[in-house]
Amino acid sequence: MYRITDLLVQSTLETLYMVSLSTLFALTLGFPLGILLVITKKDNILPKEKFNRVLNTIINISRSIPFIILMIILFPLSRVIVGTTIGTTASIVPLSIAASPFVARMIESALLEVDPGVIEAVKAMGSTPWQMITKVLIPETLPSIVLGITITIINIISYSAMAGAIGGGGLGNLAIRYGFHRFETTILVAAVVVLVVFVQIVQSIGNKLSNILLERIS
Amino acid sequence: MISFKNVSKVYKKNNLKALEGIDLEIRKGEIFGFIGQSGAGKSTLIRMINGLENASQGEVMVDGKHISELSNNELLKLRKKIGMIFQSFNLINSRTVYKNVAYPLEIIGMREDQIKENVYEALRVVGIESKINDYPNQLSGGEKQRVAIARSIVNDPKILLCDEATSALDPNTTQSILELLRSVNNTLGITVVLITHEMKVAESICNRIGVLEKGRLIDVVKKEKLSNLSALHPGTRALLAVEECIV
Repeated sequence: MYRITDLLVQSTLETLYMVSLSTLFALTLGFPLGILLVITKKDNILPKEKFNRVLNTIINISRSIPFIILMIILFPLSRVIVGTTIGTTASIVPLSIAASPFVARMIESALLEVDPGVIEAVKAMGSTPWQMITKVLIPETLPSIVLGITITIINIISYSAMAGAIGGGGLGNLAIRYGFHRFETTILVAAVVVLVVFVQIVQSIGNKLSNILLERIS
Repeated sequence: MISFKNVSKVYKKNNLKALEGIDLEIRKGEIFGFIGQSGAGKSTLIRMINGLENASQGEVMVDGKHISELSNNELLKLRKKIGMIFQSFNLINSRTVYKNVAYPLEIIGMREDQIKENVYEALRVVGIESKINDYPNQLSGGEKQRVAIARSIVNDPKILLCDEATSALDPNTTQSILELLRSVNNTLGITVVLITHEMKVAESICNRIGVLEKGRLIDVVKKEKLSNLSALHPGTRALLAVEECIV
C-alpha cells in the first residue's frame, strides 16, 4: 500500500508539473495567435486577409497531426531545448506545441463574441489597435476565455497521459508501466481515478470563475 | 466644417457604386441630416467623415484637413474630436456606465481625477447620473443611448455623428433623445450630422436635410422649405409622402 501511495504521489506531482508548465507555454504561444486570427479578419481591428488565410492554414495543419506522432517529430527540438527526448521535462516541449494551436482556436472563438458594432464604436473614438485589444476585446470576452483555458488544461491533462506512453512521466506513464506491462490493475485504476478527480477539479474551478465573471457583465 | 467634393465610393468586392458625385458643405454648428431609404449610401457617407470608410474618388475635408491625406496617427487624433452614436448603442458590456463614458478619456491618457470630473459632467448633461454604477445590460434602450451620447461628448468633440440613433427607440424616447441632441448642439456648439430613414426625425431636428437616392445627393433642403412641396425634388416629395401614408 505504501508503495502505491508513493508512486501515485510522485506521478501526480509529475503530471502537475507537466500540465502547469505546458499550459503556461501553450498560452504564451497560443493566446497571441488567437488574437491575430481575430484582428486580421475582414472588417476587424487590423484587417489583413492574406495573412489571416496563411495563419489559418498553418493552425489547421498543426492541429491535424496526431499528438503521439507530433511528439516523435519534435524529438530533435526537445533534445535542443531540454537536452533529452524522454522524461517529464522533455514532454513539456511537444505538449506546449501541440496545445498552442488549440489555444489559438479557443481564444479566437471567444474573441469573436464581441459585437462588431462595439469594435466600430471604439475604433471611431480613435483607439489604437492595442487599446482595442486590451481594453475591449479581452475584457468583453473574459468569461469565454476562462472556459477556453479550462478546456485547454483538460486537454493537456489527457495529452500528458499519452506522453507517458513514450517515456514522458506522470500518471499516464505510471498506468502504462504498472497497469499495462506488469498487470497491476490496482495501480492502473488508481492512476485513472486521480486523473478523473484532476479533471473534475479543473472544470469546476473554471466554470465557477467564468460564472462569476459573467455575472458582472449580464 | 465638413465638405465633400465630387465624392464617389465603389465597393471593389461586388463593384457596387455606393455613392456618386457628392458635393456638399456642412457648416459649423448646424444640425445636418441625411435621409434616404436603405441602400441609398447614408451609412457610407457618414463613415467617411471619421475615416471609417475611404472615398474612391473626390475629397472629404473635415476641419480643414483632407481625410485621405492623413497619416494613421493624424486620423486617430481627428477621430478623438468626432463623436459617434449608433442605432445599436454599441456600449462596452463589461464596463459600467462610468467606465464606458470614461473610455475616450482613458485612451488619451487623462488623469483619473480629471476623468472623474468630465464623466460626471457628461452624465449630468444627458441626465443619467443615477445609473453611474450600472452595467449596460441593466439599462433601457433610451438610457443606453443617453450613455452613448455622454460617451461621445465627454472629450469635447467638434462634431457628433449619429447613425440612425433613434431607430431602435419608441416614439417618446425618440423625442427625448432628439431634444437631447438639440441641446447638445445648442449649448456645446457641436456640429451634428445624422442619418435617418424617417423624415419625421429629420424634420424635427435638422437645420438642413440632404436627400440621398441610389448613391446620389438629389436634394438639399432647408427645414423651413419642406412645406413648399412644388419646389422639392420628386424624390424628396416621395419620402415625405411615404411617411404620411404610414402615419
